[in-house]
Amino acid sequence: MLRAKKFARKTKSGRVLTVSREHYLRDDIGCSIQGCATCTVNPDTLEPTSIILPDTNVILHQLDVLEHQAIKNVIICSTVLDEVKHRSLAAYNRVRAMLSDKKRHFYVYSNEHSKHTYVEQNKGESPNDRNDRAIRVCVKWYNDHIKQVMPTAKDAKVILLTNDAANLKLATADGGIPGYTVHEYVRRFVDDPAVKDLLAYPSDTFSKVMAREDELSEPFDAYLNETAIQQGIKGGVYLQGVFQASRENPNEGFVRVRGRDDAVLVIGRDMNRAVQGDVVALSLLPKAEWKAPLDVVEKRGANVLVTSTKLEDEDDDAVVSEPKPTGKIVGIVRRRWRPYCGVLVDARPTDTHVLFSAQDERIPYVRIQSSQTAELIGQQIVVAIDAWPSKSRYPVGHFVRRLGPIGDRETETEVVLLEHDVPYEAFSQAVLDCLPSETWTCSDAPDSLAKRRDLRHLNICSVDPPGCTDIDDALHARELDNGNYEIGVHIADVTYFVRPGSALDKEAAKRGTTVYLADRRIDMVPGLLSSNLCSLRGGEERFAFSCVWEITKEAEIVSTEFFKSIIKSKSAMMYSEAQMRIDDKSDNSELTQSLRVLNSLAKKLRRRRIERGALMLASTEVRFSMDNETNDPVDMKIKEQYETNSMVEEFMLLANVSTAEHIFRHFPQCAVLRRHPSPPPANFEPLLKAAHVAGVELSTASSKELAVSLDRAAPEGKPYLRTLLRMLATRCMMQAVYFSSGTVPQTEFKHYGLASPIYTHFTSPIRRYADVLVHRLLAASIGADITYPDLLDKDKVSSVCDGLNIRNRMAQYAARASTELQCCVYFKGRPTAATGYVTRVRKNAVQVLVPTFGVEGPVYFDPIDSSKTAPTLKFDAEQLTLDVTPADGGQATTFKVFDEVQVLIQVDESDAQRRRIVLKLMNPAVAGVSVSAPKDVDVEPGLADEGAIVEDITGEQQQQQQQQQQGGAGPGGDAMHTDEDGGDEDEDDGAVAQEDAKDVARKSGGAGSTPGSARKGADAKKKGKAAKAKKQSTTPKKQDKAAKRRASKKKGKNSTKRSKRSYSQE
Amino acid sequence: MPEYISVEGLREDGRRANELRRVEANVGMFPHADGSAYFQQGDTKVVAIVNGPKQGVGKAGDAGKVVCDFEMAAFSTTQRRKPLRLDRKNAELGSKIASTFESAIMTDLYPRSQIEISVQVLQADGGVLAVAINAVTLALMDAGVAMTDFVCACTASVIDGTNVLDINHYEASAQGPELTIAVLPSSSTIVMAEMKSRVHGDLYAGLQDLAIVGGTTLLPLLKKAVHDRTRAMLPCLGPAA
Repeated sequence: MLRAKKFARKTKSGRVLTVSREHYLRDDIGCSIQGCATCTVNPDTLEPTSIILPDTNVILHQLDVLEHQAIKNVIICSTVLDEVKHRSLAAYNRVRAMLSDKKRHFYVYSNEHSKHTYVEQNKGESPNDRNDRAIRVCVKWYNDHIKQVMPTAKDAKVILLTNDAANLKLATADGGIPGYTVHEYVRRFVDDPAVKDLLAYPSDTFSKVMAREDELSEPFDAYLNETAIQQGIKGGVYLQGVFQASRENPNEGFVRVRGRDDAVLVIGRDMNRAVQGDVVALSLLPKAEWKAPLDVVEKRGANVLVTSTKLEDEDDDAVVSEPKPTGKIVGIVRRRWRPYCGVLVDARPTDTHVLFSAQDERIPYVRIQSSQTAELIGQQIVVAIDAWPSKSRYPVGHFVRRLGPIGDRETETEVVLLEHDVPYEAFSQAVLDCLPSETWTCSDAPDSLAKRRDLRHLNICSVDPPGCTDIDDALHARELDNGNYEIGVHIADVTYFVRPGSALDKEAAKRGTTVYLADRRIDMVPGLLSSNLCSLRGGEERFAFSCVWEITKEAEIVSTEFFKSIIKSKSAMMYSEAQMRIDDKSDNSELTQSLRVLNSLAKKLRRRRIERGALMLASTEVRFSMDNETNDPVDMKIKEQYETNSMVEEFMLLANVSTAEHIFRHFPQCAVLRRHPSPPPANFEPLLKAAHVAGVELSTASSKELAVSLDRAAPEGKPYLRTLLRMLATRCMMQAVYFSSGTVPQTEFKHYGLASPIYTHFTSPIRRYADVLVHRLLAASIGADITYPDLLDKDKVSSVCDGLNIRNRMAQYAARASTELQCCVYFKGRPTAATGYVTRVRKNAVQVLVPTFGVEGPVYFDPIDSSKTAPTLKFDAEQLTLDVTPADGGQATTFKVFDEVQVLIQVDESDAQRRRIVLKLMNPAVAGVSVSAPKDVDVEPGLADEGAIVEDITGEQQQQQQQQQQGGAGPGGDAMHTDEDGGDEDEDDGAVAQEDAKDVARKSGGAGSTPGSARKGADAKKKGKAAKAKKQSTTPKKQDKAAKRRASKKKGKNSTKRSKRSYSQE
Repeated sequence: MPEYISVEGLREDGRRANELRRVEANVGMFPHADGSAYFQQGDTKVVAIVNGPKQGVGKAGDAGKVVCDFEMAAFSTTQRRKPLRLDRKNAELGSKIASTFESAIMTDLYPRSQIEISVQVLQADGGVLAVAINAVTLALMDAGVAMTDFVCACTASVIDGTNVLDINHYEASAQGPELTIAVLPSSSTIVMAEMKSRVHGDLYAGLQDLAIVGGTTLLPLLKKAVHDRTRAMLPCLGPAA
């Protein structure tokens, strides 16, 4: 049967077109009930029992209920599914996940294409009413169908679930279709009491959920209706943008509007219930009402302000900064709510209405109702927001699930992973089935072996950070007869194992990158590959993808060649080890000679690169030493840098650039490249201003000028100044991104940080999916492998790149968050005095960076004794100074940017649920504010301190099989900072380029086969089979913030004795 | 991103991946032409007229010549378009159709002659070339031109990794590779193949097979249209001798 679908559509140019499409109705859409003999095409998904059919709103608002395992046998009709997809892609994806779970018995009934259930829209009927009717018809058909084809199945029936009273009434009137509201259904038919807590509150009962104290005397302004918003946006009356709440001040936010350079400021009530990430419509206020951001750091807890009086107060001390475009949110285009991890605030066990504070500090408190408050106190939980009634101070939501006790290592790590959307579940059986056997060797693949060049005789070696198990690069150098050198970079041949389209490939693409947390590593590919078969271990034969150059003594490239090879690394060294070999004059072995050649060429390459304008940005790298037993950090120090670090880095950069040129030449449309855009001038403003105050003039016209002017910055009595400037410069950078070469004009390919016209990632396929794609392209271009359709489709490649960019950013943030967590553990019970530098001056605080620990945070001037009055602060926005006059009228102390200060680093435990690092001022002394160093400063923590993190021994034993390793590194979060001196691997917070340096650094987390760990292994063996531990290392990535570290650890399965040891670099 | 094929395997209009659109055919409705046919696949509607064989124009050859004049009605697409005096696109389609039928018509039987085909597209909703070829086949049969076989044409494309048959205009907007193939069904000989974009070699074989199946499936429908027409003409021949 055929129905024509006719509708009008407006084109971009404004013309109205009549579109007509065919709409076929079928008679072969099966009911899918087991035992139905009539339906021919029948997947048999549903059991002949009580089956529910929810409407769209039930799915959108009660998804947590539907996701509960107690709910089975659900029909989703396609009308509903389409609406869900249209309104929330996130909800749609969750529905799809349930549909694919066979145990849940979910089924999509394509009612829109079934001749039995298709309904035409009646005259005067709204599309919503028509859809409701379609759903009712569908339920009715099902029930009639059941009666007809299986009259014996008495229990079988289909129940309509809807919270729409009108719809329900029509259903029951309309031929007695069984229907209930979700609440009623759950109450009557679901035995599991846990399901009840998952119910979201229907909008007509908000008043019950809202605690009385949340009620506002003056409600928020009502939102405009959808049509008014759409028309307003089209007509230019309103702007559409993404709301970004301020991390520092819950009363402020910004809306980023496409096509506007500056974000629009939204303050206080004008935020009008927008939550971080929502797409909003806003109206700009008249210029006279524009305000300046407060530039104060607001302590958390003063969440969501609702009166605007406070703002007036602030205006006393003269508007210092320029007013910015300010707006008022008039409507929400799309909510971007997701489930949030967090904890309850100040809850008492008997409370039924409790406040929830999300981990993400940009999310306001959420009011939830729970019958099990007592069990949720002290737990990390997940909560979903349901709505934000205009009368309520807080949004209302419902409890979703419990993660575990606050402070527990596993729980906290899960929070980090969930909050950053890192896929961390164990690899599925389908993925593991793609792996070769554990005993696989190169000789098991004679076909491939025959096509590879045999480089096993060469003196190839790898140089990595300590503890690295996923070694993806190795090097060699030898002198040629003509006096030139042959230099080879050999990269693990991951694509030999990861075949396109396999489950393994899909999983790796989904994960996008290996995530290095402070105490573990979330692998992109299973451990068998990442730590063994792909890893270029010393003394073992491995497949590799080689890039070999002929290079003159002056480091000019004569020729480049790519080929697949088989290699046998002579040695897997650590940086320090390689450095020792190079420095040891008595060592003249061939391997050492070639290291020296590599080192001297690297210096020349590096010099040339710097001349071209590559940026040298600063970062300090912090490494934690871990206690084997508790996995707690026992030491934290800056990581040493060796010449060999930059030696490896230099050749990796060279290999990446050579590869980029090569694949772009062969695949101009679909090459996977990486670019780092020049920062817009506005990004440099804070840097220039701070530098100006410090008496340094910087030029930011190009990366070259910036590099030169940074070099020239003359430190006058402030030796640290230049490094500080470099670190600030790092923060001005844009994020480097992957892209498909067909989607961006060639003029925009350049990599700003590296001053290279073209760049890509080739050297770390074990831990980055982008490199896997690059390997495939490269292999196809030299005829070593086949291509496949998706690889050559620039749009598909482009969307994969977009996904990778998001994953990478999230991985960085997750690493930072994890580092922060580790930092808290380290400083807990170990207040430490340290020298820091002021990096930013605010109205009520100064931002201080402690390079030794990579910790950065605000220093407030609160009186120690809270009953005393706070000192008077006077902020000078021009000179970036803050005068602090003690309340008792003593001498004022002036803080300015780049000042050196002494601070005490400690963990604020006043809020037991949310420990965080705080910096307290020690010197210069301000009466009533500064603290003096406590006597127990910097002591080794006793056992008592370890109580904070409850170690889960069972958990660790389970993990021991997968080689556990930790990568270090992440760039710091707001509270911390890591920097590396002189690396050019700049990644910054946003990151600059990620260069290989970092890369190299990153993998340092690997536990493993380095001599260091081998030795430890030997030690451990002495103790019986017991535990061995591992070590860790940190690595650097430089980022503007943050510390990193990694540690790895392995334990014997039966370990009963465990050794406590900490390792430093070796 | 729009979903062209649901997870349940239904396309936007309700067909499964390997299903053709509905087909309607009408042969011989214009008495003044030597042969005429109307053919419709989904919402793509085409009229084909055949005149000839008649005396050839210009240099005469031993074999008959096939010429084709292809036109799209101004109202055939959602957005009305101005007819151009010289439309290269139409000219190209016309010559493609002409050369396709030179492979099927026994041109040796028509020396120094010319067969004129004209194609009018009344409504275009994807697969215009394929539908036009099917229409022309019927018109040629109606004109009594000797052919070795029917010529059946069909399109196939790849959308989101699935091979789909007979795509409509909406599905063409997925920008998949669109293959149009014309076959002689009794021998499965391909007489015309047109690919609109680059396609990876791995995909081609599957596409071609699907399009051939599509064309072969059309054969009985075309045959029936010709039979119906012939049956209707029988009374004109007078009583059987």
